[in-house]
Amino acid sequence: MNLKAFFLSKKSLIIGAGLVFGVLAALMVNWGNPANMGICAACFIRDIAGALGLHRTATVQYIRPEIIGFVLGAFITALSFREFRARGGSSPIIRFLLGAFVMVGALVFMGCPIRMLLRLAGGDLNGLPALGGLIVGVLVGVFFLRRGFNLGRSQKLPAMAGWVMPAFMIGLLLFIIFKPGFIFASTSGPGSIFAPLAISLVVGLVVGFLVQRTRMCFVGGWRDLFLSRDTYLFSGIAAFFIAALITNYAAGNFGDAGIYHWGFDGQPLAMSDHLWNFLGMALVGLAVTLVGGCPLRQLTLTGEGDTDASVTVIGLFAGAALAQNFSAASSVKGVGAWGPTSVIVGLVFCLLIGFFMREKATAS
Amino acid sequence: MEIDLRGYECPMPVVKAMKAIEKNPGMAISLLVDKESSCDDIARMAQKRHYSCKTEKTEDGFKITLTPLKIE
Repeated sequence: MNLKAFFLSKKSLIIGAGLVFGVLAALMVNWGNPANMGICAACFIRDIAGALGLHRTATVQYIRPEIIGFVLGAFITALSFREFRARGGSSPIIRFLLGAFVMVGALVFMGCPIRMLLRLAGGDLNGLPALGGLIVGVLVGVFFLRRGFNLGRSQKLPAMAGWVMPAFMIGLLLFIIFKPGFIFASTSGPGSIFAPLAISLVVGLVVGFLVQRTRMCFVGGWRDLFLSRDTYLFSGIAAFFIAALITNYAAGNFGDAGIYHWGFDGQPLAMSDHLWNFLGMALVGLAVTLVGGCPLRQLTLTGEGDTDASVTVIGLFAGAALAQNFSAASSVKGVGAWGPTSVIVGLVFCLLIGFFMREKATAS
Repeated sequence: MEIDLRGYECPMPVVKAMKAIEKNPGMAISLLVDKESSCDDIARMAQKRHYSCKTEKTEDGFKITLTPLKIE
């Protein structure tokens, strides 16, 4: 492929999208988000679940505008490019549970696959066992895909069904603007640390646009690499990581005056239990491979009218509430009391559906 | 042979197309998909396996024809 053809190719678009996203995600910390949490789909959904009172951990309650932006950015883009198609009906209850377990695994590690890369790009080496776990989880998921694992076909639905999640996001935006009394808001902890509304929303919209156009997925990249040696999605996440790392150095986030340093100890909003960082992310890698996309990808799919992805996102919210309420989520002090049990239950669930939801077992 | 992959979400269309190639070596295979992204995924997979990939627009999606390339 010559240089001109490369720059016009879809691969160059996803690399460009990854670079832009990586820069923005790293800078979100400089613009006000918590350290090493410029963007985290899992943590931000957990914060929204807290703001809605679904859990009562007082330090993680805030309606994160980035999540609203991801969905609405993808929604506007899908409508503009005539790719909005309401659809659903592909094993919704399984998707709900997979979504819930993705969140459990992410909250045990303290981050989604995006934040895992951002933590590494900010010097937090606790991301390494997590990356190992994610890769192992994806490999097990790929084994099931090759063996015939399948959640079944979706059906076309009336357009209205696809508008539900975007409408819910507009409702959340109204809650941010009008601040009704029933919305919880952290006064300390990560939930009280956030970038200005306009910046968070615009960055979310831009990322929603980029992900909708390129289908960037922070687990799909690894999956396709192992499944079909396809580097398209992987090139996006590699570009994201490199851009975030360079941005952190360029913005002065490393060094004596900065907020980051290389190592395992003393990292912001992290814990150093390597076994559970590994297994938490293994659960994420496996569950995401089975459900078909990382939390960010699921959010943008809801904007395209995919109600199965909407069910997965509702599962993410439920998983966040349960993980916080039942002490499964980790904190800077370490793994939560019920974190290990929850991860093991999640892994067993994923292995069972991986083995039993096969092509021959379904009518399709 | 023709395989209907409409209604499947990523990555199922490419997984099923890959399996069809593996099970039917040397045969031309037609696939019906309903998303443009599935066409891109299948085209990249087919190229790696030395198949030509022709995509036609249909009323409710796309018809992809994969034909094995003769390697000298």
